[in-house]
Amino acid sequence: MAGFETDAPGTTQLLMGNEAIARGALEAGIGFAAAYPGTPSSEILGSLAPVAEKMGMYAEWSINEMVAMEAAAGAALFGIRALAAMKQNGTQVVIDFLGNLVMRGLGGGGLVLVSCDDPSAHSSSNEQDTRPVAKWLDIPLLEPGDFQEAKDMTKWLFDLAEEIDNICILRSVTRIAHARGNVKLGELPKREHRVSQRPPVFRGMPPHAGLHQKLARAQEKFESSPFNCYVGPDKAELLIITGGSCWLHSQEAVKALGVEDRVGILKLGTLWPLPEKFVESHLGKSEKVLVVEEIDPFIEQNVMELVANLPLTGPHPTFYGKRSGHINAYGELNPDMVIKAIASILDVSYAPREAEYAKKADEATRGYVPPRRTGFCPGCPHRATFWAMKNALRLDGREGFVTGDIGCYAMAGGPTGFFQTRTIYCMGASAGIANGLGQLWRFGLEKPILAVCGDSTFFHATIPALINGIWNDSNFTLVVLDNSATAMTGFQPHPGTGMTAMGERTHVISIEAICRSLGARVEICDPFDLKNTTAKLVELVAEGGGAKVIIMRHECELVRARREIPPYRVHVDPEICVGAACGCDRLCTRVFLCPGLIWDEKAGKAKIDEVICAGCGVCVDICPQRAIIKEAA
Amino acid sequence: MTTKALMKDPLNLIITGVGGQGNVLISQLIGNALVSQGYLVTIGETYGASQRGGAVMSHVRISKVTQCSPLIPEARADVVVGMEPVETMRVLAGFGNAGVMTIFNPRPVYTMGSGGGAVEYPDLDKLIERIKELSAKTWIVRATEEAQKLGRPILANMILIGGIIGSGVLPLDVKAMELEIQERFPNALEANMMAFNRGMELVGQ
Repeated sequence: MAGFETDAPGTTQLLMGNEAIARGALEAGIGFAAAYPGTPSSEILGSLAPVAEKMGMYAEWSINEMVAMEAAAGAALFGIRALAAMKQNGTQVVIDFLGNLVMRGLGGGGLVLVSCDDPSAHSSSNEQDTRPVAKWLDIPLLEPGDFQEAKDMTKWLFDLAEEIDNICILRSVTRIAHARGNVKLGELPKREHRVSQRPPVFRGMPPHAGLHQKLARAQEKFESSPFNCYVGPDKAELLIITGGSCWLHSQEAVKALGVEDRVGILKLGTLWPLPEKFVESHLGKSEKVLVVEEIDPFIEQNVMELVANLPLTGPHPTFYGKRSGHINAYGELNPDMVIKAIASILDVSYAPREAEYAKKADEATRGYVPPRRTGFCPGCPHRATFWAMKNALRLDGREGFVTGDIGCYAMAGGPTGFFQTRTIYCMGASAGIANGLGQLWRFGLEKPILAVCGDSTFFHATIPALINGIWNDSNFTLVVLDNSATAMTGFQPHPGTGMTAMGERTHVISIEAICRSLGARVEICDPFDLKNTTAKLVELVAEGGGAKVIIMRHECELVRARREIPPYRVHVDPEICVGAACGCDRLCTRVFLCPGLIWDEKAGKAKIDEVICAGCGVCVDICPQRAIIKEAA
Repeated sequence: MTTKALMKDPLNLIITGVGGQGNVLISQLIGNALVSQGYLVTIGETYGASQRGGAVMSHVRISKVTQCSPLIPEARADVVVGMEPVETMRVLAGFGNAGVMTIFNPRPVYTMGSGGGAVEYPDLDKLIERIKELSAKTWIVRATEEAQKLGRPILANMILIGGIIGSGVLPLDVKAMELEIQERFPNALEANMMAFNRGMELVGQ
């Protein structure tokens, strides 16, 4: 199948926004890419890494976003075009470095940070907006409004970064990064990457003053950029100013309402610094301006600031948007929300569907669309770990407090993890928070403290907190959920897997060796062995003293299933299952909550859904009647 | 390349199911085939719960003139493809209209905790009746059942794709889809083509 890297200029492919960004980077002739996986950014490096060798470039999954950004900057220092990609949380981690990088310049290579935001936090712990970071740190920022632009802007940003000797940011959101659309491919440069042999020289100007000059040069280019455009009548009743995926939503909304001759859309792609002259030249088109954008009122406030500085004779439209309440002040937007805002301002009516059908749909669906909770997959080792933890803490009897972290196991605060984790912040925060909690015994806290983290999270941000805990003798147990995968984002390799992004075998960095070298007591369990895992947890939690580590090691089921058939065939023996008479109150289907276990209403007994069951066999050990039977497959 | 006229522009298709069932695969295969035929295609996916048993949707928008928003507005689905009956109903509730055509696999994936618990899975026969009531036209494709007969539950997706193409709701002929399947599954072509053809048969093609 022709991939995104195919050398066929002029042909069109259906590309995910992230693939389009990767293609743009290839067309710009990048030599270096580094990233840490995070939805919705993961497919950028995920696309580049497998083709890196063929394209004569280098690509790596780095241990975390900070190292990815710094490594990419290192390549740029010696003249290699470099890209770092991450989600918004990563960008926040990198701010300290960026704040210093912009003061010093890049050397010879162009450097681009792709920061993918996740409005509504579909796959995130927050929905922070990257755009204010650009304004705060004086970094030019562009945002693509469709898939073609995702490619074209990425390519162009490398030229800009090189020209002004400053890092540039491409901001993308979930509905571009993770959506797909048509992209016409451009030329792939034939270039061999060679470093400049002269070390980078940082020129003249006091750094901050020089930075402002760079921004002014970027702004000048933005004034005539093809990434900004206006569509609509010369005089409009309403002018929409928008960017990113809201450009697509806005066009859809105007069309749905049939108000193309009444509403104009000013689409901005160069968001920081604002192309002020370009915006000003369109502000006179209407006395009403609606700003449509996701998360923070970034465009809205910058345009308002511009208008506040215009002479009294200039355009001073009435603003609608987040401040006026016409656009939500948080969360993702969609065409319906934009339709509603326009309809309200223009006082037009809109009915999404026939009243009769609406009524029928309302009646027909009542009681027929139960909510579908997310949970751990069938066969997931985390379910077993948290089952053991629940029982161990009950046996301990002191209401242990468990801090959570980022990964699939973030769901452990809900029913699928038996409500075991009680906090969720950022990567590495579980052990960090536990450091504090583990000192509170002196103020009367009598609960045992546990912190959970995944294997990739352990490497990413947990190690310093663990060292701190051992150094300062903080009393907590670190539970490392080692499923040998960065499972939440798509199974990327990490330092413990013995593989690099480019598919080369490398050193396996051992979690237990690191922990033992620090002097921690380390236990290793297979969580599928519920009995032993529970006993070990009870023992460690009871031990007291400083920081301890227990590694729950069992491969992610989704990775295992790609390789081999399920280990067991599992069924419920209807002769042994006594159903409601058991007294267990449907422990298997109501509490253990594996999607493979279902309740047969007619028979009043549990059964296995053979299409869903992963054949792990863990449920065999939770049934008080031993009615669940496993046989080697 | 001549692109066939669309019965409506854009033509809006929603593929829905439960995380892990493979709706992304279906939207990608169909989307690639459509782009190769010269259409402008925009696909929006719900990814957050994609591997974890939640309700998932792919919005596929097909046009000859414009790149659309990756999200279909309320009540504007022309075709709903359901990999699971409750999810089919959920999508009809939000995106259905008097003209909507529905192709679905009636095999339930039970909601977690259902059965005597707070979250009841509805009566299946009544559910299927109500899906029909809300659709102008309905094709039932017993994809899971047929895939089990073929010995590979994973083939349910390809059977459903066969059902979609066989129903004629998309401007895609068998040949365009076959080419796409060949490119995607060069090593498992026979099984996938068998499943695809089975899906075509199930909708009477």
